[in-house]
Amino acid sequence: MTYQFTVSPDFSPDHISGWYIFNTWLQKQTGEAIHLEMYDSFQHQREAIQQEKVDLIYANPYDAAMLVRKKGFLPVAKACGVSDEAVVAVSAENSVDHVEQLQPGIKVAVTEDPDIRLMGMIMLEPADLNASNIEVIVNGTYVLVAKQLLQGNADVGIFFAEAFDDLSDFIKSKLKILVRSQISVIHHSLMIGPKFAYKRNEIVGLLEKMGEDEKGGGVLKSLGFKGWEKVDDEEMEFMIDLMDTLAV
Amino acid sequence: MLHDMRPEDIVGEFREKTLDLYGGYRRAVLYTEIETPYPDGKLIVSTTNKDGIITHANKSFVEMSGYTEDEILYAPHSILRHPDMPPAAFKDLWDTVNRGEHWQGYVKNLRKDGGYYWVKATVIPNIRQAKVVSYTSVRRKPSRTKVEECTQLYPTLF
Ligand SMILES: Cc1cc2nc3c(=O)[nH]c(=O)nc-3n(C[C@H](O)[C@H](O)[C@H](O)COP(=O)(O)O)c2cc1C
Repeated sequence: MTYQFTVSPDFSPDHISGWYIFNTWLQKQTGEAIHLEMYDSFQHQREAIQQEKVDLIYANPYDAAMLVRKKGFLPVAKACGVSDEAVVAVSAENSVDHVEQLQPGIKVAVTEDPDIRLMGMIMLEPADLNASNIEVIVNGTYVLVAKQLLQGNADVGIFFAEAFDDLSDFIKSKLKILVRSQISVIHHSLMIGPKFAYKRNEIVGLLEKMGEDEKGGGVLKSLGFKGWEKVDDEEMEFMIDLMDTLAV
Repeated sequence: MLHDMRPEDIVGEFREKTLDLYGGYRRAVLYTEIETPYPDGKLIVSTTNKDGIITHANKSFVEMSGYTEDEILYAPHSILRHPDMPPAAFKDLWDTVNRGEHWQGYVKNLRKDGGYYWVKATVIPNIRQAKVVSYTSVRRKPSRTKVEECTQLYPTLF
């Protein structure tokens, strides 16, 4: 049978080919037919998960609870040494220097990335801001979030920290960071579904050794990863619990 | 068991109070009016066993408490109990998580140096194989308006 692999739609556009290369590598290593399906939105991806079409997913932490608790997925691995962090920024011309100075009614530019949005909203709470007293503007990319700030269409932007750091120096010079999260324990993870789970240990082993040969090293490079490290059940459960506390 | 706080650990002028803790324990605490601001962008995380003994604490937790990790681990969570916190708040916390639900509230915590810090805490039961195995609290930065509300409200709850 052919298994379906998919990647959280918040993947960086620079690494889209990396995921295809990774999928080819994984098929060779496991001897299984795996089809990579890239969904253009979280909603479409979640529909596919509901229909049990997905067997392997590089998942956003926000979806991990649903994958594990409702769909029987198990954690496999995460990228070494990286975590999902959020940045809350304003235009450099804005007189606001601290989150606490932000006022109700402001416009907040975000993307659909659910975990980053959640972390960003938590960092706005010290100003008594929440979904009920701000106006959210959803954008397709973080460059567009930055543009909303530069053009004065939004007051605050919530960014994936890595995407913020990857903005051009010119754009960054026009923005001012109010706060950057340092949470460290929230991360994307490769997760495996019930039909494919018998391959879990084998895939963990393959991923852990991936950097050791030239070919695997090249694939890692195209993903922008230093390597993979195993995620065990308890680490995943703990991350899900932590996301739960943030969602209320 | 928690030992009494020691004057040599305290920074600044302090007052003293004896707390009656769960299980009949008493602890003399020394506390000052010095507030340590909540660190921006961080979460303060700890896990306890079912008896409220700390089994895991992240770096921010250790830093904010003023204790070393060794002093924190396996101590009762009431090591942070501030005399200004009404007992009813913690009763509600335990009653809520014992029902398997999330508890959320604003907590004034006591540091080893006698100072304090405010947090917005969410406490949840950690459920594994359908059983509660531990509890985790994740704290975030509270808004000043909420802290001020609690500063007014809490003295009325004793
Ligand atoms: C996961 C968890 C985290 C807790 N965090 C705190 C805390 O930060 N500060 C605190 O004073 N009590 C905290 N408590 C409550 C204490 O266990 C304790 O009930 C409280 O300090 C009052 O002490 P007493 O129960 O001995 O009267 C926590 C309890 C749990 C289960």
